[in-house]
Amino acid sequence: MSRVRADEEEYWHSSKFRAFTFDDEDDELSQLKESKRAVNSLRDIVDDDDDDLERVSWSGEPVGSISWSIKETASGSTSSLDGRDSSLQKGSSSYAALPKQASSYSLSSLFKGRNKLSSFQSLSDALTDTGVKNYAPELRRPKAEYKDYSSDWSPKDTVRRMQRGKVCSLERFRSLQDKLVLLDEAVAGHDGNVITAVLIFLKRTLRREILFRELEVRQVALCHLIHFLRETGEQKFLLDLLRFLDRTEEVALSQYREHLNIQDVEKRREFLKGCIGLPFSAEDTSHIQDHYTLLERQIIIEANDRHLEMAGQSELFRKYPRKASILNMPLVTTLFYSCFYHYTEAEGMFSSPTNLKKTFKIPDKQYVLTALAARAKLRAWGDVDALLTTKNWLGYTKKKAPIGFHRVVEILQRNNAPVQVLQEYVRLVEDVETRLNLATKYKCHDVVIETYRDLKDRVQLTAYKSKVERGSAEEEKIQNILSNMQIRWKN
Amino acid sequence: MFTLKPGRLPPADVKNIIFFVRPKLELMDIITDNVLREDRGRSPQRDFHILFVPRRSLLCEQWLKEQGVLGSFIHREQYSLDLIPFDGDLLSMESEGAFKECYLESDQTSLYHAAKGLMTLQALYGTIPQIFGKGDCARHVANMMIRMKREFPGSQNSIFPVFDTLLLLDRNVDLLTPLATQLTYEGLIDEIYGIQNTYVKLPPEKFAPKKQGEGGKDLPTEPKKLQLNSAEELYAEIRDKNFNAVGSVLSKKAKIISAAFEERHHAKTVGEIKQFVSQLPHMQAARSSLANHTSIAELIKDITTSEDFFDNLTVEQEFMSGIDTDKVNNYIEDCIAQKHPLIKILRLVCLQSVCNSGLKQKVLDHYKREILQTYGYEHILTLNNLEKAGLLKPQTGGRNNYPTIRKTLRLWMDDVNEQNPNDISYVYSGYAPLSVRLAQLLARPGWRSIEEVLKMLPGPHFEERQQLPTGLQKKRQQGENRVTLVFFLGGVTYAEIAALRFLSQMEDGGTEYIIATTKLINGTTWIKSLMEKLEPAPF
Repeated sequence: MSRVRADEEEYWHSSKFRAFTFDDEDDELSQLKESKRAVNSLRDIVDDDDDDLERVSWSGEPVGSISWSIKETASGSTSSLDGRDSSLQKGSSSYAALPKQASSYSLSSLFKGRNKLSSFQSLSDALTDTGVKNYAPELRRPKAEYKDYSSDWSPKDTVRRMQRGKVCSLERFRSLQDKLVLLDEAVAGHDGNVITAVLIFLKRTLRREILFRELEVRQVALCHLIHFLRETGEQKFLLDLLRFLDRTEEVALSQYREHLNIQDVEKRREFLKGCIGLPFSAEDTSHIQDHYTLLERQIIIEANDRHLEMAGQSELFRKYPRKASILNMPLVTTLFYSCFYHYTEAEGMFSSPTNLKKTFKIPDKQYVLTALAARAKLRAWGDVDALLTTKNWLGYTKKKAPIGFHRVVEILQRNNAPVQVLQEYVRLVEDVETRLNLATKYKCHDVVIETYRDLKDRVQLTAYKSKVERGSAEEEKIQNILSNMQIRWKN
Repeated sequence: MFTLKPGRLPPADVKNIIFFVRPKLELMDIITDNVLREDRGRSPQRDFHILFVPRRSLLCEQWLKEQGVLGSFIHREQYSLDLIPFDGDLLSMESEGAFKECYLESDQTSLYHAAKGLMTLQALYGTIPQIFGKGDCARHVANMMIRMKREFPGSQNSIFPVFDTLLLLDRNVDLLTPLATQLTYEGLIDEIYGIQNTYVKLPPEKFAPKKQGEGGKDLPTEPKKLQLNSAEELYAEIRDKNFNAVGSVLSKKAKIISAAFEERHHAKTVGEIKQFVSQLPHMQAARSSLANHTSIAELIKDITTSEDFFDNLTVEQEFMSGIDTDKVNNYIEDCIAQKHPLIKILRLVCLQSVCNSGLKQKVLDHYKREILQTYGYEHILTLNNLEKAGLLKPQTGGRNNYPTIRKTLRLWMDDVNEQNPNDISYVYSGYAPLSVRLAQLLARPGWRSIEEVLKMLPGPHFEERQQLPTGLQKKRQQGENRVTLVFFLGGVTYAEIAALRFLSQMEDGGTEYIIATTKLINGTTWIKSLMEKLEPAPF
């Protein structure tokens, strides 16, 4: 039988269709459907059995530990590899290897029964399902036969077969030398799926130190393993690997990433605390530190404010109920929150805006912008005024806006500030054209009129007269200016 | 055929259910859910099969196994679909992870598929005699192609070659182009609404039926879904134009169509009427096509005339023409302060970084701090990814190569003609996409003239030849165009495609271009593919 198989294999190898993957379909044609389904249906029984075998041969670590689960995953994939031996050797192999009886009715009905079972069972149940295992001895035979005859494939052939979606047993590559040749062949083929398959095999069969050492000089394979570990969430193995490679910054980031999977805030905070000491770059270290401090603050603020809100004592919280918890919000959002609910608090309080500003070294610009938005939302125009007023040492006051007064106007307008308030800041916009535009847009008539007067622009001023209300104070004002003989109009 | 979604599978009296999926873990979770919710008591029981496109993936099968459902699949196979035709001159692998895998994770699987796709293409359209390439990935793909050819000597075919040249280009040779806002009609549709597999979903308001009989109906609330490709005559004409040139074409078309409908008044004889009637279906199709595109153009115009679009574009153009790339930009700061979408910020900051061969450490640190404080510290992971991909980096050695590259390759053209373009720079209203400039210069006068600049761009540049049997060697007719297949490894934008089509149509161009890519991208989808997947926000 295996001769027939080999001939066929040779035929396909020499065929010009080789460059494509059509050969799979061709194989399929030579297959009895019933037989294939039967074989397929038995696959996971074989798998389960395999798993048991694998576990016995391992070092005996308690099931459920991290390193156990790593092995579990590794073995899972290899056994699914092996599983394919029987299931997916398109026709020629599985059909040839399986006695014809195997494809008979009884086996496929067995599968159906099994299927029903598995739907009610968890995976672990299935693993220990003795009823199923009874059939296993008979089923393992075809696989063993298959292994035998496949054993003379070179690493190159093995990789090539795997590239075409076929499955080969890798178990026969026993020596380190063989395994490395296999890995190098896989890497040379550039097919990530195959490289990953080989890596899973090596990961399972090599000692860690040896695997790490060999991967260090095989960068491509190394990247694939790192990617694989990341995808499957084998954090501990990954960190060990990165540490071995001395890629400390990556270790740090990779560990930090974990915090995203922690839902409980207290635990998350603890975790972030642990991240502070990790070898980040200098710049990143301060960000991580800030991240921790911020969450710490948020937890305190949240506990306090939830209490306040529940008690219903604070008018602010009654009038403006919180839309969401402040936990895990960005810094600027937290600052906004604190400017909204805790604006007047003394600097000593964790929730006071000034405390946040100091702790996180928030730049003036950012602070003013955020505070302005918060106070404007509350229509606390007095606070807005105070925020933009500076006193010099002589006690004179002056209006100053690090963000530019046009931005101040924008923010106030968005919060529906009354014209009287708006106009005060429109007047302070330095650029004349911007000032005129804003004043016209927001109907700050006084500012428009005064600006035209200062520009000595009679034409525009006259034109503007038609835009204000008849008989209003503004109209009178324009009239007065226009009839003022002392102004030297430029037009 | 149903779309894959979690929950119960739709009831159907069928025996076999086939899952036809990309090998992605999140899809495996959906499948698991489907399978686990299947009613076991039903009869006849349904059989499950799974078909992976383009490849079976061990990772996915292992995942299914861990969920305990692997055994439910009777067949697990693959459907090797590598390159998918998107238009007469466009092929895509639609592998959105390709860039990230190649440049962040050094996973070259998508390159392997690209090479396989190219082998298939060669089997169908003949061996491509000349291969040019620039970049590490390009080198890999060329190597794999040569290797595959050597390993399967049977693949030597006797088809007369359609393509004269293959040009393989790495996306990281030109990181700049996708970051800029595309200004062609199709490019803008993609930037604003996102074209997915040639379909776009648009807000329905502008597509309300205008016929009087239906006037009473409510406005449609479902997004309007339209297919966009060159089979539509009008779209073929305007898709690659600068958006500013689309309006005049549309109004011209409107006149022609109404004139054509007017013809009916002149039809006197039965013969003339018959002829008119026979043209009606075509005319009506043209009219509805015109109506659709007028609506789309209006939607886009609302956005392109907005102040923010203008400000954003101004900053982009300043960066690309080399103005003020070395200091913190006010507009970017303002956008951060107003919490504009993070991707927009990242696009701009990356653009500035690329146009300055990296940012000064102080500038970079400033941006990073502002972004982290405003959008959350966890984005440190995304910033790190961008740094790894070379999109955002500190300037090393204090040298800025971009001005040299810009001048030598004439990437910035001041006198751009949007209506009747004479240069590819019209697709970005001034900026000529670097990638397409490389293709253009390769055709004429050849890369030898720009050796110096090529050395400044990442990765090797190379040339390979594939021997053809003498019988298949082309004897070129006078005036016959050469055909070049340009393969973008890591993605291509619609604006770049438009630029290549423009070159194909140039009268004295002498080269026609066919485009292939791993994925059709724009700046937003591209940056998104590089962002760290974060847990959904608490609200």
